[in-house]
Amino acid sequence: MASVFEYAPAPESRSVVDIAPSYGLFIDGEFAEAADGKVFKTVSPSTEEVLSEVAQAGEADVDRAVKAARKAFEKWSALPGSERAKYLFRIARIIQERSRELAVLETLDNGKPIKETRDADLPLVAAHFFYYAGWADKLDHAGFGTNPRPLGVAGQVIPWNFPLLMLAWKIAPALATGNTVVLKPAETTPLSALFFADICRQAGLPKGVVNILPGYGDAGAALVAHPDVNKVAFTGSTAVGKEIARTVAGTRKKLTLELGGKGANIVFDDAPIDQAVEGIVTGIFFNQGQVCCAGSRLLVQESIQDELLDSLKRRLSTLRLGDPLDKNTDIGAINSAEQLARITALAEQGEAEGAERWSPACELPNSGYWFAPTLFTNVTQAHTIARDEIFGPVLSVLTFRTPDEAVAKANNTQYGLSAGIWTEKGSRILAVANKLRAGVVWSNTFNKFDPTSPFGGYKESGFGREGGRHGLEAYLDV
Amino acid sequence: MSEKTEKTEPRLSVFKTYKLYVGGKFPRSESGRVYEVTDSKGKWLANAPQSSRKDARDAVVAARKAFGGWSGATAYNRGQILYRVAEMLEGRREQFVREVADAEGLSKPKAAAVVDATIDRWVWYAGWTDKIAQVTGGANPVAGPFFNLSSPEPTGVVAVLAPQESSFLGLVSVLAPVIATGNTAVVIASEQSPLPALSLAEVLATSDVPGGVVNVLSGRTAEIAPSLAAHQDVNAIDLAGADEALAKELETAAADNLKRVLRPQPVDYFGTPGIERMTAFLETKTVWHPTGSLGASGSSY
Repeated sequence: MASVFEYAPAPESRSVVDIAPSYGLFIDGEFAEAADGKVFKTVSPSTEEVLSEVAQAGEADVDRAVKAARKAFEKWSALPGSERAKYLFRIARIIQERSRELAVLETLDNGKPIKETRDADLPLVAAHFFYYAGWADKLDHAGFGTNPRPLGVAGQVIPWNFPLLMLAWKIAPALATGNTVVLKPAETTPLSALFFADICRQAGLPKGVVNILPGYGDAGAALVAHPDVNKVAFTGSTAVGKEIARTVAGTRKKLTLELGGKGANIVFDDAPIDQAVEGIVTGIFFNQGQVCCAGSRLLVQESIQDELLDSLKRRLSTLRLGDPLDKNTDIGAINSAEQLARITALAEQGEAEGAERWSPACELPNSGYWFAPTLFTNVTQAHTIARDEIFGPVLSVLTFRTPDEAVAKANNTQYGLSAGIWTEKGSRILAVANKLRAGVVWSNTFNKFDPTSPFGGYKESGFGREGGRHGLEAYLDV
Repeated sequence: MSEKTEKTEPRLSVFKTYKLYVGGKFPRSESGRVYEVTDSKGKWLANAPQSSRKDARDAVVAARKAFGGWSGATAYNRGQILYRVAEMLEGRREQFVREVADAEGLSKPKAAAVVDATIDRWVWYAGWTDKIAQVTGGANPVAGPFFNLSSPEPTGVVAVLAPQESSFLGLVSVLAPVIATGNTAVVIASEQSPLPALSLAEVLATSDVPGGVVNVLSGRTAEIAPSLAAHQDVNAIDLAGADEALAKELETAAADNLKRVLRPQPVDYFGTPGIERMTAFLETKTVWHPTGSLGASGSSY
């Protein structure tokens, strides 16, 4: 196929982004070194090139940032909502202006294709700030009483899969509701958050309202445990989420968690096959499968299994893996060596447990962290790859015969974040959507996001919702 | 005759054997234990069952079994059933006035006010069953050719530690919001004053509330609650009846399967409740579907 569809390389220019050799922590409106002088390197996952050296926050820095946020809270929360709104609108506009720069930066630091940062991440980031900007002066109409109050200092810990988007999900509603923020980005993707700090300065945001602390898990733990933090928001693994829930137990801190998932993508025999195939691909190969709501379990009705798998394999053979800065690239690099090792180990376990592994012919680059799109058939519910979140481009295929069986299998997981339904029959969509224990159900589509829509899980996928009117609740005293 | 001689002796009253309420049945505690319940002056009132961890687990099984039917019932139907509870309570008003007066050391008029408020609370929540989805759900105006709707759904089996001080009004104030929204409940009654809760179970059993939707345990809160907080098939826990130390222990245990936790907080049970006790045990499900167009504006009709 490659010979018919040859694509000339079309790399995005790196010159639009100017990465400094080193960055500090962003505390009280200033960049500063870590108290103990520690730094860490952030690398580009596609080339292993060191992009920059970043200050590594420790406990003392967390304390300093929380103090700054506490001090800023007084004035920030007292501002009229209409003024806070204008700051958020400014931020949203600056993000739009700088979106190409940020998209390239995010691709370099995270490894995801420029196609996705440019067309998915950045537009959504700006949209989130626009959406919540508009709420800032309308909170008494949000359905949480006539005088909804902010909580205080929000400690926020975000993952590396959507570094800037998760920042937007956390910071936009927090600021709109009058809280101040200390945010810890993930250790493998700190750069876009530090660029965001610069955007806050450009927007004239008062000092201390937003503080950014790049660092490792210990900094996150210190932030979560800090006695002067009033609200904790975390997106990441279920294991860490449980640890945080234990830390917060017995305190008055409000907690929201967005954790893991093992989404079922259910394809019925009357589904539009071509669209379903596209949806399956989006569901599990978007962002290299490093998505908590990924449709990592394909549940296909037995009668169309062969037809669907043939189409799916044919489609996977056209995916282009390689340089994330190339505009033609579909599959970028895995975020880190550590993550690659985890995916590799789970895939090997899948084989060891008897599932059948398949990948399209796919050449992996020599440097960087790469994993070919992978599909497992002959998977049963007992297999590890059908139960554990892999967080990589690995799809497990299971089959079912009746809608009831599909629902039972879809719900047979500790998680409850997302699910997909593919069928032409409207009543079946509604009936199945009703029975699925998941926070987001995509029918005849998958992996769609919008700032107006609440997102979040049932069961061990966490609690609370982000986005929409519902997302305000996490940051209000209600 | 003999009739005359008997009249001089006061009639010996019939004591009531209070029992648990699990899965629509009234079992004794599997542990065979009871504990003495006294009134506010220390006078013996009855023996209440002292539930064990096994009773708690049985109650969870019953609550899980009932969840599908109860959460799948129409909101209108649930409202009718909750209102029926109020009707039945009204009929037994005098009994509950007496029990609440004994339990909480209140004068008859004060106890009557408590019972009236409790009955009115059922009515209030009965009216919420078919409105909460409209208030907390709705259509989201997404920027794309999609139709998307957020609806609240019950979170599942909820363990409820009823308030210790308010044995009837407090109990209903924490129980009704849990089941109004379609959850099923395992309730630990007030430890000191469990009798109104155990009598409420008799009302529930005759009010069309399906068996297992509400399960009532009496006993030592600190003994029963930990197994509910750690139970992998319990989805949420209301810590209203826990003191600070117990609440922390239970919240920590609840993290194991990421239960939804409603922490204890000062509540004036006579005040009009907000909707927080309902939303605390609701999940929001957002369902997306393509519309095939960008909106109605292009229509020529």
